[in-house]
Amino acid sequence: MSRQLTKRIYHPTVARLTRRGLLGRRRAAVLFALPALLLLIAAAIRLLTGPDDETATNVLGGFALATMVPLIGVIAGTGAMGPEIDDGSVVYLLAKPVPRPTIVLTKLIVATGVTVAFSAVPTLLAGLLLNGNSQRIAVAYAVAATAASVAYSALFLLLGTVTRHAVVAGLVYALVWESLFGSLIPGARTLSVQQWALSLAERIGAPGAISSDVGLPLGVGLLAAVTVVAAWYAGERLRKLTLAGEE
Amino acid sequence: MPTETTAAPAQGVIHNIGYRDYAGPRLGRGYARRALYSQSLRGAYGLGRSARSKVLPMTLFAVMCVPAAIVVAVAVTTKMDRLPLEYTRYAILLQAVIGLFLAAQAPQSVSRDLRFRTVPLYFSRPIERVDYVVAKFAALASALFVLTAAPLLILYAGALLAKMGFAAQTKAFAQGLISVALLSLFFAGIGLVVAALTPRRGFGVAAVIAVLTISYGAVSTVQGIALARDNTDVIAWLGLFSPITLIDGVQTAFLSATSAFPGGHGPGTGAGAVYLLVVLGAVAASYGLLMARYRKAGL
Repeated sequence: MSRQLTKRIYHPTVARLTRRGLLGRRRAAVLFALPALLLLIAAAIRLLTGPDDETATNVLGGFALATMVPLIGVIAGTGAMGPEIDDGSVVYLLAKPVPRPTIVLTKLIVATGVTVAFSAVPTLLAGLLLNGNSQRIAVAYAVAATAASVAYSALFLLLGTVTRHAVVAGLVYALVWESLFGSLIPGARTLSVQQWALSLAERIGAPGAISSDVGLPLGVGLLAAVTVVAAWYAGERLRKLTLAGEE
Repeated sequence: MPTETTAAPAQGVIHNIGYRDYAGPRLGRGYARRALYSQSLRGAYGLGRSARSKVLPMTLFAVMCVPAAIVVAVAVTTKMDRLPLEYTRYAILLQAVIGLFLAAQAPQSVSRDLRFRTVPLYFSRPIERVDYVVAKFAALASALFVLTAAPLLILYAGALLAKMGFAAQTKAFAQGLISVALLSLFFAGIGLVVAALTPRRGFGVAAVIAVLTISYGAVSTVQGIALARDNTDVIAWLGLFSPITLIDGVQTAFLSATSAFPGGHGPGTGAGAVYLLVVLGAVAASYGLLMARYRKAGL
């Protein structure tokens, strides 16, 4: 019975194909380069300036959570589904007797796993390198990065099923909305995955170490809502995808 | 009329099916190169392509110009004696838009040729490898120059309409133009090298933007920390590690721009020379890498 249920959520073959598509050859090079750069910077700063909590917050909040997590989310989220729809090979997948929501959920799990492995884990390591988890900053940011990874993966997976320009659309959201508008208009910040994830970090870290623009219940609620709605709608899009294409 | 063998069919032919040699003008290598250049330049703005491909570049072009128009409107109505924004600062402020344009258009310029294996078709025409690389490079650099110079032109026109000093404005405008010309060449090189590595458009987009934003994010984070620790000498040198801060450094040192580095600690003339060398070296290196890339492309 429970095995049946697992089968409905996670299909091993689909997962294997998605993983190979995401980590094949050159994609893997970029995915490895980003965390390596983060760890390199963390190590260099620690060597040059010694442990410091404010520095750790700057690096983890300003670079890891604000730049690296969304970017890896875009690569993994859109890469899990987009290319298959783009080059038409999704036809062979959809022709198999696998429920389409199962395909979406499996791809979401794989994309989330890749994003967590390449962004949240390095964030934790970089935090430990920077200040040895003083004020629980490393753990706080790692948890925030994990939560953000889930939401970003679902959001960008959905984009991959909606538009052919999913990567550009995802980057516009991550760069223009979260970074540019977020820094100019305070209101835009309450509508960003990054701030919702930060509300988790605010709670976990020592009081006053990390600050977020949204409260914890609202942040977690919105994260969960975005993830569930995006995953459901992606499944819906895939369910209605016609093989014949438009005229 | 050329002397064709209309009357007497050639002797010794078993069955003449009427093939004829092409007798029209041959436009040659220069024409092919110009055609490839103009097609790539138009393609960067979606001209000559489907309506859907025009949306993104045209939107980015509009987003690039609107702030300049707003600045001009404010400056004219409140009768300022100088623009509230330097010409050289404009591209730095809107670097996200420039980055997105480059990330979207560099792969469409080269990745599709690789993916659909049309590169060998180009080389079956009388163009050489150098023509293809130079045409693509020049087209993308021109497209970026149009994108970055148009808002400066709006600012300049507005400044003249508001009767700000002609000589000072013209000098500052010229400095801004030199800066964005350098930026266009430099960014086009980076974008094309990264995009030419992969035949997948989506992945090329992500890779180009990763190179631009990750390096900028890393550099500005470390610069911020250096400023917080009063380590101001390091700030000027850290700018060497990301494209947009390189341009910022060059224009701070030579084009009388105010640096956008944290605390305004831009490089002096000595360090600026290193910045300029790195930028020019990177342009030359990207040309060399592209030439190497197309040595056996598509075969």
